Amino acid sequence: MLSPVIEVAGLTKTFNGVTAVAGIDFTVSAGETVALLGANGAGKTTTLSMLLGLLLPSAGSVRVLGEDMIRHRYRVLGRLNFSSPYVDLPRRLTVWQNLMFFARLYGVPGARRRVLELAEQLDIADLLKQRSGNLSAGQKTRVSLAKALINAPELLLLDEPTASLDPDTGDWVRGYLEDYQRRSGAAILLASHNMAEVERLCDQVLMMSRGRIVDRGSPAALLERYGQDSLEGVFLDIARERQGPDAPERAAE
Amino acid sequence: MPDPTRAPGGSTATRIGAMVLRHAYLLRTSWPRIFEMMYWPTIQMVLWGFFTVFLATKSSYIAQATGILISAVLLWDVLFRGQLGFSLSFLEEIWSRNLGNLSVSPLKPAELMAALMTMSVIRTLIGVLPAAGLAIVFYEVSVFELGLPLLAFFTNLLVMGWAIGMLVCALILRVGLGAESVAWLAIFLIAPVSAIYYPVSVLPDWLQAVAWALPTAAVFEGMRAILIDGAVRGDLLLRAALLNLFYLTIAAATFLYSFQVARRRGLLLQIGE
Repeated sequence: MLSPVIEVAGLTKTFNGVTAVAGIDFTVSAGETVALLGANGAGKTTTLSMLLGLLLPSAGSVRVLGEDMIRHRYRVLGRLNFSSPYVDLPRRLTVWQNLMFFARLYGVPGARRRVLELAEQLDIADLLKQRSGNLSAGQKTRVSLAKALINAPELLLLDEPTASLDPDTGDWVRGYLEDYQRRSGAAILLASHNMAEVERLCDQVLMMSRGRIVDRGSPAALLERYGQDSLEGVFLDIARERQGPDAPERAAE
Repeated sequence: MPDPTRAPGGSTATRIGAMVLRHAYLLRTSWPRIFEMMYWPTIQMVLWGFFTVFLATKSSYIAQATGILISAVLLWDVLFRGQLGFSLSFLEEIWSRNLGNLSVSPLKPAELMAALMTMSVIRTLIGVLPAAGLAIVFYEVSVFELGLPLLAFFTNLLVMGWAIGMLVCALILRVGLGAESVAWLAIFLIAPVSAIYYPVSVLPDWLQAVAWALPTAAVFEGMRAILIDGAVRGDLLLRAALLNLFYLTIAAATFLYSFQVARRRGLLLQIGE
């Protein structure tokens, strides 16, 4: 059995008495891609923040790459990375300067070589001299992805990786992520609203609603369980609290 | 097979170096930032320089030590630029919404603090050295004539600047960018009791007690002791150093605690918004 990269048990977060995440449990293994899927306010970003150690849980535990993220996050932060459309790279710096900065911050050996290698792989070589603030949404996403891959992470956490991208660029990013995972064996956890993306990329889907994991399984298993032909149908069933025939039993597992 | 490009996070020195590199990139590509750093110290020095020239003919106090006002202006700017260098480097991360990236990197808060202190030294030198050079050219006053104690004054004022900068940043982490203007204003709260241009003895008794509780008063009294009496007051330097140690410890603990609170409240990703 593959070793767990993420182990979450009883994870809970309350803000001023309001429960954002309510005692969730899950594991993600090496080489696996898992999606957190749910409506706005379901607790996806809060869960990601706790996994990164950016937010302290009210209860429960998070272990990443074998380390307790609440107490020893700095032991593993160099082995994972994160990308979100809501976190910018310094806009006045050029793409080259940004990537060199993050390469050095993560202690990447042969930083220049690594930046050039990623620039070629992500088709951003012609952007290296441009200021990050002048890039289009699609270019920004590719540069953010380069930053997220700068340390060849064993765990990649992605918050809406293809948000606001045109279908072509979105498809390209998904293809790249598949390729990266195949080559590196990394685990990927992504929070997304894009059902097609989740169906294509993910081995396992954690359906979240109101801070709880209300169902989980492979995309194919979820489709079958809810009698739907797309994850969008499953998503809408859960968001509107219409459950498939087997769903209550599954959610309780 | 292990991936040779996989990095375990580097060392403390490489991470601090990376942060300094990031800010050096920023300064290299932004002449208005460099200009702003040099502008006020130079203008202040020119103003106080002419005032000194005027007063030297009218006041025996100034006449016996013509460099006293200019030296005070330059040393005050070390404190001000030192604090701004720390606070503004931190604010740059918030303005560029980069704090989230830094917070999920292997960079520890104490390393961030060390990087901000390094940037504070660099920014202070960029701001103050040209003004000190112009003082020599225009008024034949060299702050470097203070000799070796200048290094002690410089260090003490810089450390005090860091302590205030850390408290300002802790406040910004706590309440958000609404407190940004405090970065520019905070230092002036202690200016009246820092004995920059006048001795502590001119203050009312109760304010003298406040002044002696600050390292700045000891530094400026020490500066005057050299320029007027030619005496190096080791007791004042020691007092300033001990007080700085006390304030820096409190400020660093507050800064680190505010990071912990920001983690508990989930502010690290949102603070630039």
